[in-house]
Amino acid sequence: MAAQIFSAIFVIIIGVGGCVAYFWGANKLVDIVFPSRGVKGAAAIDNLRRQGMIRPWLFVGPAMIILTIYLIYPVIETLRLSFLDRGGANFVGLANYQWAFGDREFRNSILNNIIWLAVVPAACTFLGLIIAVLTDKIWWGTIAKSLIFLPLAISFVGASVIWKFIYEYRGEGQTQIGLLNAIIQYFGGQPQVWISLPFWNNFFLMIILIWIQTGFAMVILSSALRGIPEETLEAAVIDGANPFQIFWKIMVPQIWGTIAVVWTTITILVLKVFDIVLTMTNGQWNSQVLANLMFDWMFRGGGDFGRGATIAIIIMIAVIPIMVWNIRQANKETGGH
Amino acid sequence: MAVTTGKSFVGRFGVHIAVLIFVAIWTVPTLGILVSSLRDKDQIIASGWWNSFASSSQTEAGRLPPASAQVEKDGKFVLEGNIFGDGAARNISAFGVKSAAPTQYTAGTTADLGDGVTLQLNADGSFVMQSPKAFEGERGQRVYYASSAPPKFTTDNYKTVLFSEGIGRSFMNSLTVTIPATVIPILIAAFAAYALAWMRFPGRALLIAVIIGLLVVPLQMSLIPLLKLYNGVGSFFGVPSKTYLGIWLAHTGFGLPFAIYLLRSYIAGLPREIMESARIDGASDFEIFVKIVLPLSFPVLASFAIFQFLWVWNDLLVAMVFLGTEGDQIVLTAKLNALLGSRGGDWEILTTSAFVTIIVPLIVFFSLQRYFVRGLLAGSVKGG
Repeated sequence: MAAQIFSAIFVIIIGVGGCVAYFWGANKLVDIVFPSRGVKGAAAIDNLRRQGMIRPWLFVGPAMIILTIYLIYPVIETLRLSFLDRGGANFVGLANYQWAFGDREFRNSILNNIIWLAVVPAACTFLGLIIAVLTDKIWWGTIAKSLIFLPLAISFVGASVIWKFIYEYRGEGQTQIGLLNAIIQYFGGQPQVWISLPFWNNFFLMIILIWIQTGFAMVILSSALRGIPEETLEAAVIDGANPFQIFWKIMVPQIWGTIAVVWTTITILVLKVFDIVLTMTNGQWNSQVLANLMFDWMFRGGGDFGRGATIAIIIMIAVIPIMVWNIRQANKETGGH
Repeated sequence: MAVTTGKSFVGRFGVHIAVLIFVAIWTVPTLGILVSSLRDKDQIIASGWWNSFASSSQTEAGRLPPASAQVEKDGKFVLEGNIFGDGAARNISAFGVKSAAPTQYTAGTTADLGDGVTLQLNADGSFVMQSPKAFEGERGQRVYYASSAPPKFTTDNYKTVLFSEGIGRSFMNSLTVTIPATVIPILIAAFAAYALAWMRFPGRALLIAVIIGLLVVPLQMSLIPLLKLYNGVGSFFGVPSKTYLGIWLAHTGFGLPFAIYLLRSYIAGLPREIMESARIDGASDFEIFVKIVLPLSFPVLASFAIFQFLWVWNDLLVAMVFLGTEGDQIVLTAKLNALLGSRGGDWEILTTSAFVTIIVPLIVFFSLQRYFVRGLLAGSVKGG
């Protein structure tokens, strides 16, 4: 273990030192090859111009190389693999896509993903908005927000253990150690094995993600609410609007852009949801989702890269509209700066 | 914001109650595993953790010693001892000898088991069994009893998971993965962000658009090609394909778009006058970056560091693909996932392991929440 700590520290020094050495050295090299000081007249101007052409690429170079290897090349390669067979050797045309839409498990995943998409972003945004409005009115609101925000720091696996303990089932009449079944038994109900109830188990998994992400929605929306001009609210009060009218007709329309950002961010997260399903059910009892199905096919029976890649492409297709919207928004904001 | 609801006392009271309920729902689940991880493992299954401060009662079965332990006293054959062996502090309220009636006799009374055999079981677990004839057989009498134990808290679970379940080892592995994977992207991204914000070169706008596009590309797109690439590189050079170096670079790659995006928008917002006056004084881009931009960007660098730290520490998918699901080098999240499979019902192991995995993020989060929120507000287009 000591050796491990030592090697980790060693790598940090090598890695960081290497980065610093690269940037410093490359920068120095440009100064030496194209000197701008000590050279006179046109040559100096020429060299300055050449420096200006090269230097930006030295700065963005390492980032571009890593992005190309780890994101750009894989996107193209995954697309190519989705038209190949399991080992990636033979071209099979659209066979993987045909397989996907005929496969019962895949269709179940698509259906479940649609339910997740319909429920989780809406629930997080709605709860986050309500909590943001309520906590703004009380003196201990900051503490309350901190506590609701806290699950955001917890890993999905950790959260799954936390909630699995809540859903824990013991036979009827026994002492329930899971909170949910204990409450239900206390009120005379029948304890259930929540995560294996077909269809409804999806919702018990979604609760975990909602529990994690509501804090995110709350913080973003809370800061947007603070930006609402006080006068609009005062004017509404003077005009005799009730609290609900103020909320729906004055506050919500003014933070519409922020709501859209929160909604799309959580939507992307939901499309990629994997850890929760893997640890809670691993797709059993009709709770499969695309990301977990893909992971499954990457390793199932030695791995089927064609089918895995096909599922990844389908997740990607769902993300593309959000991607286009993001780029447009960013272009509008920076104005090309 | 003070002008909306809550003019009336009832309205204000309602707001407090509502927030209290939300806070309870968001904290009680975590509290559950914290409390459980500190309980005695027998008590975890005997009663709900919310009852952990009350004595827990349970019906258990035990066996008296076999016939070989008997002594002859006053013409009778006697078996004596304590059913708990060590005389642990527990309290028996009732006992029985049939599984259908496990609490037939009150503790301390003498039960007549027929044929002149009597059994007395006291509250502290001591028993006396007498018979006019010699006991026979290798297996002692089966006894059922209802006992209650006082609340018992212990740190034994932590000792168990840290040293014999392999969580301690995984904890070190997680640190080994997380720290370099947090530090390396910062430098690379900071230089790129400065170039994209303050240097003029052709293709800059396109690069920015590509990076914003890459922000939302699902990780899933990268997994298979990179797995193939790593396997290929591994077999070509005859080295293992699942290494820490591999996962550091992978996390660097996946973290870069967000890092560049976040840092660029901050660095682009720094005042132009500072840059220009430095340039007039003859400073090069490198000097401007190191002496002016880096120190001024400290808050956003901290934000990104916290983000990346939490993301890498909590990640399961990348760790499982690039480090595997078993072996010496797996990280905490993968270990916890493995324990869920192998120790499914052992809640003392699971709750304690879960708490060990979440404690570091919670500390980071609470001590640096200010920076975290700032990063969240600045970069909320990222998909997590």
